[in-house]
Amino acid sequence: MIDWLSQPWPWYVTGLLAGLMVPALLLLGNKKFGISSSLRHVCAACLPAKIPFFSYDWKKEVWNLYFVGGVLLGGVIAGTWLTPEGATVAVADATRNDLLRLGITDFGGLMPAELFNWATLFTPPGFVFFVVGGFLVGFGTRWAGGCTSGHTIMGLSNLQWPSLVATIGFFIGGLISVHLLLPLLLS
Amino acid sequence: MKQDHIDEFVCDAPNDSAIRETQFADLKYLAAGLVFGIALVKGEIVSWWRIQEMFRFDAFHMYGIIGTAVVVGVISVQLIKRFHIRTIQGEEIRIEPKKYSPSQLYGGIVFGLGWGITGACPGPLFAQLGAGFGVVAVTLLSAVAGTWVYGKGRGRWWG
Repeated sequence: MIDWLSQPWPWYVTGLLAGLMVPALLLLGNKKFGISSSLRHVCAACLPAKIPFFSYDWKKEVWNLYFVGGVLLGGVIAGTWLTPEGATVAVADATRNDLLRLGITDFGGLMPAELFNWATLFTPPGFVFFVVGGFLVGFGTRWAGGCTSGHTIMGLSNLQWPSLVATIGFFIGGLISVHLLLPLLLS
Repeated sequence: MKQDHIDEFVCDAPNDSAIRETQFADLKYLAAGLVFGIALVKGEIVSWWRIQEMFRFDAFHMYGIIGTAVVVGVISVQLIKRFHIRTIQGEEIRIEPKKYSPSQLYGGIVFGLGWGITGACPGPLFAQLGAGFGVVAVTLLSAVAGTWVYGKGRGRWWG
């Protein structure tokens, strides 16, 4: 069982589970699947600073913090017990070649070890990668009114075209980043 | 807290339940998150490589995941509506429609810029941190800061 779970899961199993989050949360208590609202609740709980956008009863929305707490714990479980030593991702050859050209050589692990370490953080490109990148994610998701879970999965599941607009935006931004910004950042 | 703030509060992933649950009852959302977190890691959604592949159109993996999730979600929501399925507490399930605003496009693009660089949307940020990528804590804190700055300038500099 553990061995079976420890292999990389195929896309259809992962997609099925991600999609089932929508009815699961609705049935468990009328909750709408969404992750990024948790970031807002953290602001409301820790530093509301009399800003109207953060002045609300975040305790009513505390379920969302339990939910993302679960995601974090799920990461701990998967990372600790369900990821075999030396597990790698079967990166597509075309992507691998593109990234080799950008100077990435170590394709081991779930994430590129050359980028995801503390030493990188304190270089100018690393600062952009972690600090500016994270800021854009947090700022953009709230401006758009949701992230890939709230819009792309929950919103599209309810056939909401504003969520399609947001999803198209996510892709435009992602394409610009990967094809224009990343080559600058890694050069 | 002033009442007018509560009235104008619109949450994007709202708790539409009228029932106030105990902290213990909230643990079921933790359990749901746990399953999602494991799926994010084992399905390699958290992997920076997979996001690179997706935006380079080099692999089907991420499209397969997102496509399957949306199909499963659409069918589930249709079934819930068609058969008036209620929550386990017996409440009627309500899903508020989303209102269009150009911010969905502008904000979406800004979000995408960050997603393409970091290789992580908010869910994977939590899962990566859990899976032992400690430096992602910086990305997550920056995302909270980004959310805060958005809230601070909302209505003045952006919608």
